[in-house]
Amino acid sequence: MTLVKSVLAATAFALVTSTSAFAQRADLVLGVVLEPPHLDPTAGAAAAIDEILYANVFEGLTRIGQSGEVLPALAERWDISDDGKVYTFYLRQNAKFHDGSAFDADDAKFSLDRARADDSTNAQKALFAAIDTVEVVDPYILKVTLKRPQGSFLYNMGWGDAVMVAPESAATNAEKPVGTGPFKFENWARGSSITIVKNADYWGEPVALEKAEFRVIPDAAAAVPALLSGDVHAFPMAPVGEVLEQFKADPRFEVVVGVTEGETILSMNNGKEPFNDIKVRQAIAHAINRDEVIAGNGMGGLGTPIGSHFSPANAAYEDLTGTYPYDPEKAKALLAEAGYPDGFSATLKLPPPPYAREGGQVIASQLRQIGINLEIIPVEWADWLSTVFKEKDYDLTIISHTEPNDIDIYSRPDYYISYQNPDFNAVIEELDVTADEAKRNELYRKAQEILAKDTPVGFLFELPKIGVWDANLEGMWHNMPVQANDLTKVKWKQ
Amino acid sequence: MSAFLAKRLLIGLVTLIVASIVVFAVLEIVPGDPALLMLGMNATPEALEALRSQMGLDQSIPVRYFNWIGGMLMGDFGRSWTYSSPVLDLIIERGIVSLPLAILSLFLSTAIAIPVGIFAASRRGTIADSASMGAAQIGVAIPNFWFALLLVYLFAVWLRVLPAGGFPGWGAGIWPALKALIMPSLALALPQAAILARVTRSAMLEVLGEDYIRTARAKGMSRRTVLWRHALRNAMIPVLTILGLQFAFLLAGTIIIENVFYLPGLGRLVFQAITQRDLIVVEGVVMLLVASVVVVNLVVDILYAAVDPRLRVKA
Repeated sequence: MTLVKSVLAATAFALVTSTSAFAQRADLVLGVVLEPPHLDPTAGAAAAIDEILYANVFEGLTRIGQSGEVLPALAERWDISDDGKVYTFYLRQNAKFHDGSAFDADDAKFSLDRARADDSTNAQKALFAAIDTVEVVDPYILKVTLKRPQGSFLYNMGWGDAVMVAPESAATNAEKPVGTGPFKFENWARGSSITIVKNADYWGEPVALEKAEFRVIPDAAAAVPALLSGDVHAFPMAPVGEVLEQFKADPRFEVVVGVTEGETILSMNNGKEPFNDIKVRQAIAHAINRDEVIAGNGMGGLGTPIGSHFSPANAAYEDLTGTYPYDPEKAKALLAEAGYPDGFSATLKLPPPPYAREGGQVIASQLRQIGINLEIIPVEWADWLSTVFKEKDYDLTIISHTEPNDIDIYSRPDYYISYQNPDFNAVIEELDVTADEAKRNELYRKAQEILAKDTPVGFLFELPKIGVWDANLEGMWHNMPVQANDLTKVKWKQ
Repeated sequence: MSAFLAKRLLIGLVTLIVASIVVFAVLEIVPGDPALLMLGMNATPEALEALRSQMGLDQSIPVRYFNWIGGMLMGDFGRSWTYSSPVLDLIIERGIVSLPLAILSLFLSTAIAIPVGIFAASRRGTIADSASMGAAQIGVAIPNFWFALLLVYLFAVWLRVLPAGGFPGWGAGIWPALKALIMPSLALALPQAAILARVTRSAMLEVLGEDYIRTARAKGMSRRTVLWRHALRNAMIPVLTILGLQFAFLLAGTIIIENVFYLPGLGRLVFQAITQRDLIVVEGVVMLLVASVVVVNLVVDILYAAVDPRLRVKA
């Protein structure tokens, strides 16, 4: 018996002492829900790649700041020709890749040419579509000539898909990323975590953290105890949903609700009856009660209602939520006018995120009020992309379009929504060649108004970014203008 | 014995071939385009085409099937599309988590279940019997992920003696690595132990009712000797069957527990690979699991023969 006791005591002792070696305050452990498939931001659409590497390990010519503004990065400044077609970038002269080689105009040319090449597997190849030629003027001056003026070119160059890579390491970035950023890649324990460490040779302001580990925690039920036990210091996109109040009440944690670029919409198949009839779409718009949808969105009831496809955080945002206010009676009348006095049946395909699966239940019950019976079909993400997005085999679906400033998707030919309006396309074409900020904002507002009126989809809400982190941590991004967890200003309070 | 083995091996081989065809066919039918999944909603058609040919998806189905089978026969499981590293490396990386976890859970469940089962059987009808079988009933009924969360809140959040999850890798030392496996293996072992205890008890009771047990007792052997030497050995066959099934389950059926404890095990590898349509990884892991089930069954068959000499002769 004494033996058992002493063994127990020794075990308890060992357990306690081995965990008491407390985290040093230059280390940070962040929780992420999805593991990136690989670590090359120029060869994949997965947000999880940028959420680890953007601004931390890889940098572009420009970068996107916390409020979505374009900032200088590897290009310290630039000139734009009067016709808006020639961009001259003046590059940093002291920037180095993590393998020690210098960053110069040849690398920049290589990166841009690689992304727009015929065999390119860049997920956002369209960002580079306007580029005509890329020339090296001198080792630190790069001249990019466009086929036509493009208002968003500097913004485009700030995307994660447009980061600078070196010819020597471009092929192996997927496993061992080599960038120019303030952090270097250290280790990827597949299925578990990715670690980055401070880059002592960084050209710019050094970061405060010595080391940051992104730990993959796929299960929402596991995220909560991971934070509570202190194993994880921060969850920039916390899947905590209903337990949010518990964290708000706990002084050890800071809970920050910010905005993303994710317009969450009830997509309708405009190429198919009855959704090709604007009256039916208006009826659906009138039948949606956004506040109820948000309350039941599986994200703690957070999110900002939207009336068009635009982020409320953007300067050009216009509140159009009043275009088709919640009015079931009017909705029924519109349905009757469209020739469906008794309503109709349709399917609602829902991808895995809670905003879709849970929000979809609310939508289905709201549409039932006006006689539209929805059959809910849960689909996997891969299935959604193939059947809904590519083959357009759907009636209704719920999805958040998280790319920044993506109102132009409604003008794309052959897009899954199948919305066609030449007036709208004209606005988008004009936008593409306009560089003047005030003029651009005006065009953006015009585009928003057309969409709100035509209601090709049901506009629901802007996806919130719910961050939970240790109250002693500062410098974490509150908003998510691009998919990133920029750690360059993060530090522990003294 | 060798004829017995040869027959078993042949059955195993056929199982593997059939499994390879089924796995390949099912994954061809499931909707989802791996290239589209990688490049997402803004991908241009040219970029998709380029990636498809990089992945070898532009080849015909039979060509891909035979390339895959041929590669595996040479020990080459192919290269993961998403992770862009060899599938075999991925399997080994995950296997060194899953295998120890499975062994630990099996050890725990056996260590709990067999003594409890024997104890309950030998005291049939008493309060001790009802109490242990009642406990086993609860063990079967409790979902293991719920029990896992209970453990996490107790040991990680409240007592703070064990990590809430994650796996530091064997490189971090034996103890930190084992520490990460304590709660998961306990959570996995409990329901397994509950089932095993019930099976042990009923197998024991059946054997204890046999004539030869009465004969042994009549000859003057002690209760204890009869229980351990005669009854237990004869009750082992159903127990071994269940153990074999449980081990196969533990190798890859632990996805829920791996998620709760965010362990980088085989179950999660398969799950992730399925959601990302990394078909080559799914195929590789599934084949490996089929092979391991075949091997475990073979081992169980051999063990049957070891505990029951009659089976040796019959085969």
